[in-house]
Amino acid sequence: MAAILSIKDLQKTYDGGFQALKGVTLDIEEGEILALLGPNGAGKTTLISTVCGITTPSAGSVSVGGHDIIDDFRAARRLIGLVPQEINLEPFETVWNSVTFSRGLFGKPRNDALIETILRKLSLWDKRKSQIKELSGGMKRRVLIAKALSHDPRVLFLDEPTAGVDVELRKDMWDVVADLKRDGVTIILTTHYIEEAEAIADRVGVITNGEILLVQEKNQLMRQLGQKQLEVQLTDPLQEVPEVLQRHGVELSKDGRALIYSYDTNAERTGITALLNDVAAAGLTLADVQTRESSLEDIFVGLVSGEAA
Amino acid sequence: MNWTAIAAIYRFEMARFFRTLLQSFLSPVLSTSLYFVVFGAAIGSRIDEVEGVSYGAFIVPGLIMLSVMTQATSNASFGIYFPKFIGTIYELFSAPVNFLEIVLGYVGAAATKALFIGVVILATAAVFVDIQIAHPVAMVVFLLLTCVSFALLGFIIGVWAKNFEQLQLVPLLIVTPLVFLGGSFYSISMLPSIWQKITLFNPVVYLISGFRWSFFGTADVPVGLSLLAIGGFTLFCLGVIWWIFKTGWRIRS
Ligand SMILES: Nc1ncnc2c1ncn2[C@@H]1O[C@H](COP(=O)(O)OP(=O)(O)OP(=O)(O)O)[C@@H](O)[C@H]1O
Ligand SMILES: [Mg+2]
Repeated sequence: MAAILSIKDLQKTYDGGFQALKGVTLDIEEGEILALLGPNGAGKTTLISTVCGITTPSAGSVSVGGHDIIDDFRAARRLIGLVPQEINLEPFETVWNSVTFSRGLFGKPRNDALIETILRKLSLWDKRKSQIKELSGGMKRRVLIAKALSHDPRVLFLDEPTAGVDVELRKDMWDVVADLKRDGVTIILTTHYIEEAEAIADRVGVITNGEILLVQEKNQLMRQLGQKQLEVQLTDPLQEVPEVLQRHGVELSKDGRALIYSYDTNAERTGITALLNDVAAAGLTLADVQTRESSLEDIFVGLVSGEAA
Repeated sequence: MNWTAIAAIYRFEMARFFRTLLQSFLSPVLSTSLYFVVFGAAIGSRIDEVEGVSYGAFIVPGLIMLSVMTQATSNASFGIYFPKFIGTIYELFSAPVNFLEIVLGYVGAAATKALFIGVVILATAAVFVDIQIAHPVAMVVFLLLTCVSFALLGFIIGVWAKNFEQLQLVPLLIVTPLVFLGGSFYSISMLPSIWQKITLFNPVVYLISGFRWSFFGTADVPVGLSLLAIGGFTLFCLGVIWWIFKTGWRIRS
């Protein structure tokens, strides 16, 4: 599949001299969902704003659907829908007018049926005649999504779409995202919820201090995630792994006081029973037993703090 | 050109106007009536005639210009400042529109509102005094150019302003005094000669004089000069807007 969004060595230095993007290179395939994770101030919003034309890049290039975002900005921007992080809406306008305005702004002819479909899908149809200021925060966020969808974007940016949104609504949004994916829309979302990335992303990117640390298939990450460790703590330290236990592939901790066994939770047999039988057969006395699981969050935190160190 | 987008911006801006239609309609009617009560009845009864025109009729063009200039400026400046202030401007930046299209949408809407108010004032005035328009075509040209050029000025102010105080500053400290001192309510020939000379540095004098000429056929300054002034002012504003467009001044970070 061809990359629909191609970012090359993108840099952004704000007027005050702060460098928020330090050369980001990223290709995004058509139809995929990429989740961008990163701590506050990492540069997620800056990256999105620059691709969407809200801030001007200091160096590097971006193309969307093969159109350069500067030289061919009209063609590039026509493909893009943006749901910003901040809830920015004209308070006195109605939901319907706000959404149709967005469609017009993108040069698309009026299409009331489509707007109706979008509003219904986002449970906003009953609110179409309400002024924005009469809506709750979660509804306003959905209006932002409706606006972004009003012009049939091929690439959709969702900047923390579920911040401050309750669990139920978050699930609803994931459904909307899944529908869009089915229609072949490419989606880039930022989030602070790891489980959100796990639930909907195809790939996960981690950004910190204006740099991309890693971009990886989520499934690959999940496989690492599927690894669990069983730690058997011993009353008496060992010099080496006893003969009977070697076939299990256990490792000895540095101080010799614990046996560490890695296993796959997704596998049919974990091999724990056999291992523990053999531990008993080897005549070892157990002080304690515990299991550990590395989550995407661990990986994420590890990466980010490793970077900071 | 993305005409659909221009129309969308225009309609969105006009919607703001229609939401407060009654207010937009009533306030010029009321203020015009007040001017007639104060100037026309109280003062006018003593002034009688200016340049062969009854004072009540004489002030009509000035009255229209006063409102049109201030309304066009404030509507356009607010129109573009408000999205900056509440953050909805992100949408304009991320849309497939260029700066010219944004200007056309906002300035077009602001000029339309000012035009509407000008017409309402003219109609209200016609209730109080007998109005004849000697050069209707010239009248319309002057009125339209004033609406557009001052809306352009307002747009520039809206882009420049960083807070609401600055937004009010230019209209309050520059536009309104210049308009009041620009012969809205008097003929320059009524001033002492030194002030007549000083007044000629006020660009608004040329606009009001030309507009008044289109009503009564008499003017403080030659009509050609008036046309030149309004044309020059429009070009100046367009130039500034073109420069903003080129440099992205106060627009994009
Ligand atoms: N307009 C601006 N001028 C100067 N610096 C800015 C501007 N916008 C953002 N920054 C700085 O750029 C850095 C990246 O900000 P950005 O908003 O992209 O972070 P983020 O990853 O979206 O964070 P969050 O998770 O909090 O939304 C921050 O240090 C921020 O202070
Ligand atoms: Mg952000």
